[in-house]
Amino acid sequence: MSSLPPSTTLAAEQKQTSPEVLTVLANQFPGKVQSTCVNLGDSEAMVTREAVPEIMRFLRDDKRTDFKMLADLTAVDRLKLDVQPRFQMVYHLYSVRLKHRLRIKADVPEEDPVVPSLVPVWPIANWFEREVWDMFGIRFTGHPNLKRILMYEEFKGHPLRKDYPVNARQPKIGPRN
Amino acid sequence: MFGNKVPWIGTDRIINMALGNSGLPSFLTSKLDVAIGWARKYSIFQYPFVTACCGMEYMATACSHYDVDRFGAGLPRFSPRQADVLFVVGTISHKMAPVLKTIYDQMCDPKWVVAFGVCTCTGGFYDNYATVMGIDTIIPVDVYIPGCPPRPETVLDGLIKLQEKIQHQRQEIV
Repeated sequence: MSSLPPSTTLAAEQKQTSPEVLTVLANQFPGKVQSTCVNLGDSEAMVTREAVPEIMRFLRDDKRTDFKMLADLTAVDRLKLDVQPRFQMVYHLYSVRLKHRLRIKADVPEEDPVVPSLVPVWPIANWFEREVWDMFGIRFTGHPNLKRILMYEEFKGHPLRKDYPVNARQPKIGPRN
Repeated sequence: MFGNKVPWIGTDRIINMALGNSGLPSFLTSKLDVAIGWARKYSIFQYPFVTACCGMEYMATACSHYDVDRFGAGLPRFSPRQADVLFVVGTISHKMAPVLKTIYDQMCDPKWVVAFGVCTCTGGFYDNYATVMGIDTIIPVDVYIPGCPPRPETVLDGLIKLQEKIQHQRQEIV
């Protein structure tokens, strides 16, 4: 057997799961990567929030992982799930060359909702992080322009937090000159 | 050209005016009023303020199949200063509300506003932090066209209602 039959290669490409990336990650950052798992076919790693930029930079530059693309960056409010800490950052990475994906999660406590910014690693994180700030009130240290992106400046609160009242109406804003 | 009838004036009105007991202004003024209303209702220059999915339905109505040009409304302007009727088509968010108010203020008198679709009428099924609960909380509205989105027939019906309103209102010369 010199090489795999083409169909196997294709199936592996379509699957896009790469558990070996998790091994690389766990060996590179012992202590900073809290746990890894494969959840419903998706590779997943829990990391500490302080280590996020360092880990992301490694994942972007290392040839074995080669995640050149930050596909998504968002947050979860787990207030009604009774899980501590309250917030969780979720990053989705994709490697265009190796065609595999990885999900990174980092817990963020309610009393100190601050995460290091990823703008120096991926410029696309700029707007993603502004959206997370707007909707969840999680701040990003080192972000060049952390202001609201969807709501207007006069808006009070963060509407996707689970304790934001559904029926709350805020005063209307007038025309600006 | 019209025989012995003037088409845009009701017969009873003509008789009353001829008898001079109508309580209306002078014959010339009231005839001018009707004539201006007739001219205005058949030359509706719209400003389509399209923000959401209702825009597709607006385009379908405006194009040749349903053809709003039959009602003299076939010339959308893309500057509010040249428009008579503001068509607010689609959901208005609180962030967009000041823009809509500015557009309305930029339009020259006489001006009318049509709320196109339930989102502009009442906020529709949106009941949340982002959506304005009806544009009449921001600007005055003349005709509401409900529907999600409204059928073209409904839109044309609303347009005819607007024409009736324009015809029967007092014509301010500004």
